[in-house]
Amino acid sequence: MTDASQPILRINALTKRFDDFTALHGVDLNVAEGEFLAIVGPSGSGKTTLIRILVGMDELSDGAVWLRNTRIDVVPANKRPTCMVFQSLALFPHRTVGQNIEFPLKLRKVPPAERKARALELLDTLRLPRDYYDKRIQQCSGGEKQRVALARALAFDPEILFFDEPLSALDYRLRKTLEKELKDLHRRTGKTFIYITHSLEEAMVMSDRIAIMKAGRFEQIAPAEEIYARPVSKFVAEFMGEVNFFDLRNGQAEGLLMTPETAAALAGRSGTLTIRPESLRTLPEGQAADLTFEGEIVAEYLLGSRMQYRMMLATGQEMIVEVLRENGVAGGIGAALRVGCDLSAAHLIEEARDAAA
Amino acid sequence: MQRRDARLGLLYSAPLSLFLLLTFLAPILLVAAFSTMPEKVFNLSQAPDFSAYRTVLAQGYWKSVAWSLFMALAATLILLVVCWPLAYGMAKVFKRFTLVLTIGVVMTLFVSENIRLFGWVLTLMKGGLIEGYWRHWTGTGFDAPLYNGPIIVFGLVYVYLPFMLFPLAQGISMVPDDARQAAYDLGATRWQILREIDLPLAMPGIMVGSLLTFVLAAGAMAESKLLGGRAIITIADEVQTAFTYGQNWPLGAALAMVLIAIIGTVAIWAISKADLDKMMGGKS
Repeated sequence: MTDASQPILRINALTKRFDDFTALHGVDLNVAEGEFLAIVGPSGSGKTTLIRILVGMDELSDGAVWLRNTRIDVVPANKRPTCMVFQSLALFPHRTVGQNIEFPLKLRKVPPAERKARALELLDTLRLPRDYYDKRIQQCSGGEKQRVALARALAFDPEILFFDEPLSALDYRLRKTLEKELKDLHRRTGKTFIYITHSLEEAMVMSDRIAIMKAGRFEQIAPAEEIYARPVSKFVAEFMGEVNFFDLRNGQAEGLLMTPETAAALAGRSGTLTIRPESLRTLPEGQAADLTFEGEIVAEYLLGSRMQYRMMLATGQEMIVEVLRENGVAGGIGAALRVGCDLSAAHLIEEARDAAA
Repeated sequence: MQRRDARLGLLYSAPLSLFLLLTFLAPILLVAAFSTMPEKVFNLSQAPDFSAYRTVLAQGYWKSVAWSLFMALAATLILLVVCWPLAYGMAKVFKRFTLVLTIGVVMTLFVSENIRLFGWVLTLMKGGLIEGYWRHWTGTGFDAPLYNGPIIVFGLVYVYLPFMLFPLAQGISMVPDDARQAAYDLGATRWQILREIDLPLAMPGIMVGSLLTFVLAAGAMAESKLLGGRAIITIADEVQTAFTYGQNWPLGAALAMVLIAIIGTVAIWAISKADLDKMMGGKS
């Protein structure tokens, strides 16, 4: 149908300035056809501004947005072949479920019988009972409203479907269910999804690729696996969850015991060594790993199947250790703890790369 | 507990109920009683008699009724069109200017309607503010645009503007912004947003505003007397004449009853359509 190598959406040096503040600093992004891309960032990072510009509800100050070969940043929102699932869902309270879903079709003057058939089909797709067609929006639960909003967006049949944190108002269990449903829906429909969220966890479950935003710039754009294992900055590393940082100066770091092989591998290198709490394992006395840490437990938390310890090293630095409960240590607070990990489990953010952040 | 609450509720509402009974229902019943008396005879022990209603039908009063209703309808429709953009601005666009506008519109209510209408007469009449200056400067005069049907409708529009504007602004403020944005995002044009989102969701405000202006305008007479110079006699004017100059209370009462019946029907129909509870911020 279309050239697979050509991105469906291209964002070119997009800048957004408000009166006295620049929300987006010339960001670039390519999105592949059929991709599920999550844009993740803390509040104020510019992700909402970006999505509002992409759907056409705000104007950009500089740059361009291309949908395949069409420049769309100059097209008003109601003429763009994209649509968005709002954070508030923005369902029409005066219309039934069926009328909500049919709305985009009604605008296009699709005959009523055809509209209804499509709406019923979409109710099936979203796993809503067909008799919901005549139900009032107010009678729907949170999760059902969510599905109606999705069905309405799919009825529009957009080239790209945008999501503005639509799950953030739901309780944890429902959110988990809907995350998976959304992922399945993406697979079934083959549409391009661009999903804004502040929750990296949500992004990891669903998306093919994650773009992490910070202060109006993309910090890192990569598959979830890579962002987790090889963050480009401390910001990304911390955003992905708890992490331990060690300053490495010319291959030396305080509080870090290294095997000769490790010392040789790190020799002369500087930067921030990042170690995930769950990469660490407890070590019996006398045994050493590539990287070894010794200290005293100052706090412990039970996280279901895992144990988390806060450990104070001899240097005064604290670090977080997470192990399976059966591998936990006896003694609790005050007990000595020896942990270590393989060098491959540690990631070095090189000095020069992090300097800009 | 619940029963006590119910009793307390009744108790609390008693003063107002009594007041409404005395000032609202009693006069209507009195007028209804008057309307069934024989004309030009005042006799309390008379058996009910519908000769006054026969006079209403026979003497062409329906024309006044029709004119009043027609002009009220025209004024209501014009007000809807004129007030919509203004109300929209007040509800969604203007920020501090909304307050200025509100104060400005409310202040006009501080001056009696007759005085304000007479101000218009002085402005528009031959030799008045406009025509006088025009003739002074150009040497040619023109007829005053007074004493006709359209100027009466203008007067109604002018006098009852606040009664349309504020309910309408209230109604429009209930339209969620995100619903409008979602409709736009899904491909709706401005007109489609107006028809599919704004109008239905602002309907309580539209109904309340239209009802207020229609009911008030249908019972108005100052506009036709002052601006219209009685070019058209409204039904309210006829009622007043029957009670005063005509000294025919049963006829006046019968005319009033006809007007009450018509307007009451319209009002009850409209109220049943509009969700007043929601309008006042209640849940429903």
